[in-house]
Amino acid sequence: MSEGTIRTLIMVDKQADRVVPPSGFTAQLTLFVSGAMAFLAVFALALSLASGRLADRWASELARAATLRINAPGDQVAAQTKTALTILRQTPGVAEVRALSREEQAALLAPWFGADLPLDALPVPQLIEIRGAEPGYDAQGLRLRLAAEVPGAVLDDHTRWREPLVDAANSLRRLALVSILLIGGATAAMITLAANAALAANAQVVEVLRLVGARDRYIAGAFVRRFTLRALIGAAVGVVLGMAGVMLLPEATDEGGFLTGLGFQGLGWLLPLVIPVLGAGVAFAATWAAARRTLKELS
Amino acid sequence: MIELENVGYSYGGGELLGDISVDLSPGSFHFLTGPSGSGKTTLLKLCYGALQATAGQVMGFGQDLRKLDRDQMALFRRRIGVVHQDCRFLDHLPLAENIALPLTVSGHGLAGQQDNLNELMAWVGLTKRAGALPPELSGGERQRAALARAVIMSPDVVLADEPTGNVDWEMSQRLLQLLIELNRMGKTILIATHDLSLIRAAKSQVQARVLRISNRRLQLAGADL
Repeated sequence: MSEGTIRTLIMVDKQADRVVPPSGFTAQLTLFVSGAMAFLAVFALALSLASGRLADRWASELARAATLRINAPGDQVAAQTKTALTILRQTPGVAEVRALSREEQAALLAPWFGADLPLDALPVPQLIEIRGAEPGYDAQGLRLRLAAEVPGAVLDDHTRWREPLVDAANSLRRLALVSILLIGGATAAMITLAANAALAANAQVVEVLRLVGARDRYIAGAFVRRFTLRALIGAAVGVVLGMAGVMLLPEATDEGGFLTGLGFQGLGWLLPLVIPVLGAGVAFAATWAAARRTLKELS
Repeated sequence: MIELENVGYSYGGGELLGDISVDLSPGSFHFLTGPSGSGKTTLLKLCYGALQATAGQVMGFGQDLRKLDRDQMALFRRRIGVVHQDCRFLDHLPLAENIALPLTVSGHGLAGQQDNLNELMAWVGLTKRAGALPPELSGGERQRAALARAVIMSPDVVLADEPTGNVDWEMSQRLLQLLIELNRMGKTILIATHDLSLIRAAKSQVQARVLRISNRRLQLAGADL
């Protein structure tokens, strides 16, 4: 497409725009499709961003936290715990270590065994909470050292929990992005159909315009501008409604877990504003391609 | 201006026109006559590139029409004014905008052309109908409007297909006078008509060549008119 053609297509020419008769259902169809697709795109975008945030949060939070469990005979627990704490404090990449108190361990078990659990009578292992620094510690190296010096120590760096969760969140993000692409493709297909219908319905108008010396890009421009404007308006309305819907979603809470906090945060609220522009771009390209093809067929 | 050399046109395996040679030289006035269905409209369409000759060559302003791309064809048509038999208009636009359509599509717009448009509408007697929509016009008004649209770009050639087909005698004389007036301004005119009385009326005022299509061939007529 040459520069002159692009200029002809996008320059507002009220006189040229009037040569295309005001159409009925194709106008409503384009407005509705653009609006509905933009509405869905807002949610897909919100889901994509929220999934990304979730994946990042799970990845960083779980990556920093680890638990060391001391499974030793009762008379060796204190000694092994002391040795383990010493080793951990010497390990590069470990920011903080803390042995859980009896009360804290009892509180952890209370949901399953009740608050009156006689912890002293049971062989409950001692737990040590580890907080990693940036960059983190070498888990494999730490395991080897603990195996040599603290025989009852088992290091759980949450890898087996973290990876599936992060994978799931990343899959969700990819799915949302694919949805946005599909929404764009479906919009392009629907607008192409509407543009084809409009061009076919106005074949006689096209014929008259050609007979009086109109170039194809002039005729195409009248249709392209009309459909692009409709798509822009429809998408803008859809985005406003979509953003209102997202605002009404419940805010992120710990109790709500994954299903809350699906909205936008901070500058993320500006991202949906790109959707009408993209919608108009899709409509522009789809109508231009449809007009070129149809005008060629009509010659 | 427009020259046809041994032009033929076939459609669906049958020959509609064959071995047509004619030269529309600058300032000439031609009538094209023949019975209904003889190919008058087809010949006119060949002249302005709406149809492509299947044999021979059509030259327009020195260019072979078959070699023009769609953009070049659009520019070629801006130099030709065509009055169609069915006076095709854009029914959703007022008459003035329909008449100004060639200006609009060529990018000239109406800015600075309003006086010319008003003058032209007065010339064809349609000033009071400027705001009317085409379906509201009578047959004669439509024919005059079509003529006004055909000449608004001041084309070198005016091709008119049965311009008096749907109007009464008085109106046909008025349209003929307008076409004669254009010819006196130096325009080349080709009128396709089966109305022999119109040709007779014109021949008393202007030097016109009369061409007749008979049996798919073009002949020079005149002695019998």
